[in-house]
Amino acid sequence: MNKTLLYQLIKKEFILEFRQKSTLAGILVYIVATVFISALSFKKIIHPTIWNALFWTIFMFITVNVSSKSFMQETKGKGLFNYLYYHPQTFILSKIIYNMVLMAVLSLLTFFFYSWFVGNMVQDFGMFLLALLFSSSAFSGVLSLMSAIASKANNNISLMAILSFPVLMPLLLVSIKLSKHAIDGLAWSVSYKYLLILVMLNFVVVALATLLFNYLWKE
Amino acid sequence: MIKWWKILSALLILYTLIWGMLGPVPQLDILNETIRNVYYHVPIWFAMLFQMGYSVVYAVKQLSKNDLKTDIISHEAAQTGLFFALPGLLTGSMWAKFTWGTWWTFQDPKLNGVAIAVLIYLAYFILRNSIDDEQKRARIAAVYNIFAFVMMFVFIMILPRLTDSLHPGNGGNPAFGKYDLDNNMRMVFYPAVIGWVLFSLWVLDVKKRLAFLTYANNEI
Repeated sequence: MNKTLLYQLIKKEFILEFRQKSTLAGILVYIVATVFISALSFKKIIHPTIWNALFWTIFMFITVNVSSKSFMQETKGKGLFNYLYYHPQTFILSKIIYNMVLMAVLSLLTFFFYSWFVGNMVQDFGMFLLALLFSSSAFSGVLSLMSAIASKANNNISLMAILSFPVLMPLLLVSIKLSKHAIDGLAWSVSYKYLLILVMLNFVVVALATLLFNYLWKE
Repeated sequence: MIKWWKILSALLILYTLIWGMLGPVPQLDILNETIRNVYYHVPIWFAMLFQMGYSVVYAVKQLSKNDLKTDIISHEAAQTGLFFALPGLLTGSMWAKFTWGTWWTFQDPKLNGVAIAVLIYLAYFILRNSIDDEQKRARIAAVYNIFAFVMMFVFIMILPRLTDSLHPGNGGNPAFGKYDLDNNMRMVFYPAVIGWVLFSLWVLDVKKRLAFLTYANNEI
């Protein structure tokens, strides 16, 4: 695996993203609209469990939406060029890292708007941010592979949701548990176990995605 | 030609059905006679997990050898596993009704894990049906199969041990083996596990042969 190539690929993703500002703006509008709708429909959320559940549901839908397009721009000709020029592991890693950064930023933005519109209940900010960052990176690992699979199967958007929701479930449950602990402001000694699982799941997911992408790529 | 292990599986299941109902069991509170469900509920789940594992092994083989036959076996094994999930759910649901007082609860991580596993394999079948090209379908389905199995394994095997569960052996509840599974029960439980796993292999064998024949027929 070549590090300069990896760097190039990640850079290319960012350049493409900023060149086409409409997609990024679209995601931002999506976030604000979703959070605003939930704020209007719930009026006021008193119960921390509901606050938590709603936040992670919004988070999941946003991440699935964002990542579903990550392989859509790969046309047939571009795919052939990439196939000849890059190692598959470099390629998927670039996608995963790019998605990680994007999702970390978007999840922070979601949290910002959510706590602005709906109200903030988090007592332990450090733990909550850790949960947010690690779960968005694990999510991006899973979703990058799933979007690669969906793109091979005729780019069906509903297929992306069908494939990724059940696979995301273990991750989501761990992050919900961890962030609930953060909301209640429990001691770190109680929740470090879940943080450890989340970090380990990160490794598992990224390793599996890089291993399996090899076989997806051959046409 | 009937193979010997098929007869063995039928005999073992017959033995566990009869002796499981008649044999002596420890008298425990709440569980009472429902403890006999250990002979049916648990081995059926073992058979399901065995089939899912079988499916994954053949998915790995498919990726390394690129042989369409392994893809067919992997698919059939996943179907067999899902088929065994049904009686597993039914027996578990009945058992839950008489011991926990409810048919289904969302509080238990194992129950949720099973629901997710069913969803995962349904997604696998949908994915497999949405691709027309055989070679491509085999590869992509195998990739999803491996990834999904690992996540399901995390869900069913690792998460319940960390959180509270109503199931024995999780969240501080003692497992059956620790106190309750006495030697009388072992004499039925282990044959039941072997019998149901062999039976699932039998089902798989029939399904496999049928799938190969259909495939050969379509090819002509």
